[in-house]
Amino acid sequence: MSIFSVTLIVAMAALSICLVLTAIRFALGPTLPDRITAFDLFVANVIGMVAIYTELTGNADFIDVAIILSLFGFLGSISFAYYLMKSTR
Amino acid sequence: MFENINYLLLREIVSSVLIMLGVAFMLIATIGLLRFPDFYIRMSAITKGATLGLTLILTGMGIYFNEADMLIKVLLIIGFTFITSPVSAHVIGRTAVRNKIPFWDRTNLDEFKDYLHKEHMARDHEKDGKE
Repeated sequence: MSIFSVTLIVAMAALSICLVLTAIRFALGPTLPDRITAFDLFVANVIGMVAIYTELTGNADFIDVAIILSLFGFLGSISFAYYLMKSTR
Repeated sequence: MFENINYLLLREIVSSVLIMLGVAFMLIATIGLLRFPDFYIRMSAITKGATLGLTLILTGMGIYFNEADMLIKVLLIIGFTFITSPVSAHVIGRTAVRNKIPFWDRTNLDEFKDYLHKEHMARDHEKDGKE
């Protein structure tokens, strides 16, 4: 196990801690826009984890997942904001 | 002069440094999301921090693989993130202003008062028209 893969595993662990903290904000966020931004950061974290996993395994096919995920994250936050704009309470 | 350089080791070192920098930015953005007092300040923290962190991580990965198609895909993801992240932040922030999400009590709102009044009036008018 080289020092390079140790670095990648440490980076993966740090991103997992990021995911846990984002989930805490998602659970206790007082309003709905807080949860939407938490979801945005969630998607960004998962894209970073996919990139690091691609580098760790050396299999270049996994990066397509990150492309699709970046498309769908934008779509998700925009559609949530649209729903929030249109819904009358 | 350049024949006795271990290029694999060089790429690994550059990639590790970039990835650790990006992860540090991501961690700072997440702590900002958890600790800041207000919705708008939180959104500002994660929009900038997560974009820069993701860019650094993906750049490190592209440098490690050292292939043309991988570099094109990485540049595609980076360009897409740079275009869409401010747009979605703008849309969510405007929705929050219209839905009267409260500001932090220490925010200076003096020059913003007219705009807020106008947006809230537009929102109320929209609601009345629908009912």
